[in-house]
Amino acid sequence: MTQWASEAVDAPAPATGRRWGPIARQGALMALAVLFLLPVYVLVVTSFKSPAEASVTTMWGLPQSFSLDSFAAVWPKLRSGFVNSMMIAIPASILSSLLGSANGFVLARSRLPGADIIFPLILFGIFVPYQAVLIPLVQTMTAAGLRGAGDPTGGLRGLILIHIIYGLPITTLIFRNFFVGLPQSLTELAEVDGAGMLRTYFDVALPLARPAFAVALIWQFTAVWNDFLWGAVMTTRDAWPITIALNNIAGGQAVPFNEAMASALLACLPMLAVYVVLSRYFMRGLLAGALQH
Amino acid sequence: MSLPVDVHPPPRGGRIPRAASVHRVGRRRRPQWLAGLLLILPSLLAIGLFVYGFIGWNVRVSVTSWRGLTPTYDFVGVRNYLALWGDERWRLDVRNIVIFTTVFVIGSLALGFGMATLLEKGVRGQGFYRSVYLFPMAISFVATAIVWRWLLDNGTGSDTAGINKLLSDVGLGWLRSDWHRSEGGWAIAAVALPAGWALSGYVMALFLAGMRNIPNAVREAARIDGATEAQVFWHVTRPMLRPVTVSAIVILLHISLKTFDLLYAIDQRSLKIDTPSLYMWFTTFDGGFYNRGATIATVLLIGIALVVGPYIRSSLRRGGAR
Repeated sequence: MTQWASEAVDAPAPATGRRWGPIARQGALMALAVLFLLPVYVLVVTSFKSPAEASVTTMWGLPQSFSLDSFAAVWPKLRSGFVNSMMIAIPASILSSLLGSANGFVLARSRLPGADIIFPLILFGIFVPYQAVLIPLVQTMTAAGLRGAGDPTGGLRGLILIHIIYGLPITTLIFRNFFVGLPQSLTELAEVDGAGMLRTYFDVALPLARPAFAVALIWQFTAVWNDFLWGAVMTTRDAWPITIALNNIAGGQAVPFNEAMASALLACLPMLAVYVVLSRYFMRGLLAGALQH
Repeated sequence: MSLPVDVHPPPRGGRIPRAASVHRVGRRRRPQWLAGLLLILPSLLAIGLFVYGFIGWNVRVSVTSWRGLTPTYDFVGVRNYLALWGDERWRLDVRNIVIFTTVFVIGSLALGFGMATLLEKGVRGQGFYRSVYLFPMAISFVATAIVWRWLLDNGTGSDTAGINKLLSDVGLGWLRSDWHRSEGGWAIAAVALPAGWALSGYVMALFLAGMRNIPNAVREAARIDGATEAQVFWHVTRPMLRPVTVSAIVILLHISLKTFDLLYAIDQRSLKIDTPSLYMWFTTFDGGFYNRGATIATVLLIGIALVVGPYIRSSLRRGGAR
């Protein structure tokens, strides 16, 4: 957070006639924060109200009771989705990041012929609307026995594979830019010592790339955890990731309000934890998607 | 191009392992990039097949008469594309996505820019505000939709629930709306609200990063030359924020065009908030109209490529000789 903090240094400009400026600014920021937190207020407060008290007509009211009953009611239905998403997101983000680090290193450092054609083609992969590959993907994964009922894991393996592959463009970009930013001398030194490309990658580049790994892993974990479309086409009930489970449990109007809120809150918890603990890296991942600062 | 990822100085004490021995130097005859090619070959093949191969395949499906579960690979020319423009639901979807995109992109851009401007100079509690504005980005669109569908809902009877209830409680009842159930284009405009809630913090982060890159000296110099704050903004800050603004617009546009799960989870059966990406899904997997689904997907892809292609080109060109 140091970069952010440094901005505070030149903050209080003693401007004449602008005494109300800081107060108005605080007021505006506070009002915006309240607006942004309104949905969270309803989400959290409703989840912890007792089911008897929770009602849409009193959704803005302060809680008169504290109860975990809503969570207890939905957790059994969400648990397998939770576990599935972990089983998908952890390997998918690790493998995608590892492959991305190799791609990024080669594209940044090896003077590969055609790199200036390959790199933009990979980059475009970040923006491809998934609808444009959906039909061929479903056909291929079905034929390969990796989709839905055709797969002993209910599509889980196929889903991991898909997330690895479609994660490659962004992880490649993250690592490529990281390695471009490293001083040339670091890897050249190793090459002068006689280390080949692979050796330099494994012995020099990988250990240095820890910050880029943090960014890529968080980005991928978020993307996989929040994915809906791939999960919807790939999995059967037993393999549903958390988003599908959430939508099917809490999506209908017939679901009790408190249960809908409690399941949405549970489904968000891992991401909120990641966001709170690792927000610096989360931020960098966001900026990476913009191709530039 | 400035680097998308912050460039970190190498960690202190980062040792450079002296790897292989010196004798091998003379033996290296094959091009140095060959090993590199081997290293990235699996990824290149995967992206080649799963992105470009599948795109080509999808375009192929869009010129067939494939309906139902059994693939048909005949050739009917551009008939599916022509049929789309005569399709009432498609025309509604196009209208909807134009409204959604306009409201969502302009709204998020304005809000994000406003929040960044408020935070830029450093205020008390800035870390807190930044986190609050940004965290919706970490939440899945499905969860966002599930919360918002209850907020947008009016309850039974007149405004007994949701945002409308809150508005009437604080004396702003005249602001009430039927939100995603409104008539005309208002329904799809209303669901731009949760989308903007999710992403305007992201725009703020982009702008803050962009503002941070403007050297303070430049603005100081303008002030010393007698420029008013408004002039400094218009003649110094604004031009220097152009690249970041373009980034933000491109990202918002492409998210907007492909948004699926948010709308699906808010109300999947409502034509009022139907868009091309939802139509593609239902016509393909519910209706079995694979030809039409592929056609819609191709049109979506072209729309996104027209925006993103030039953007990638110019980003890389600015990155230049690196």
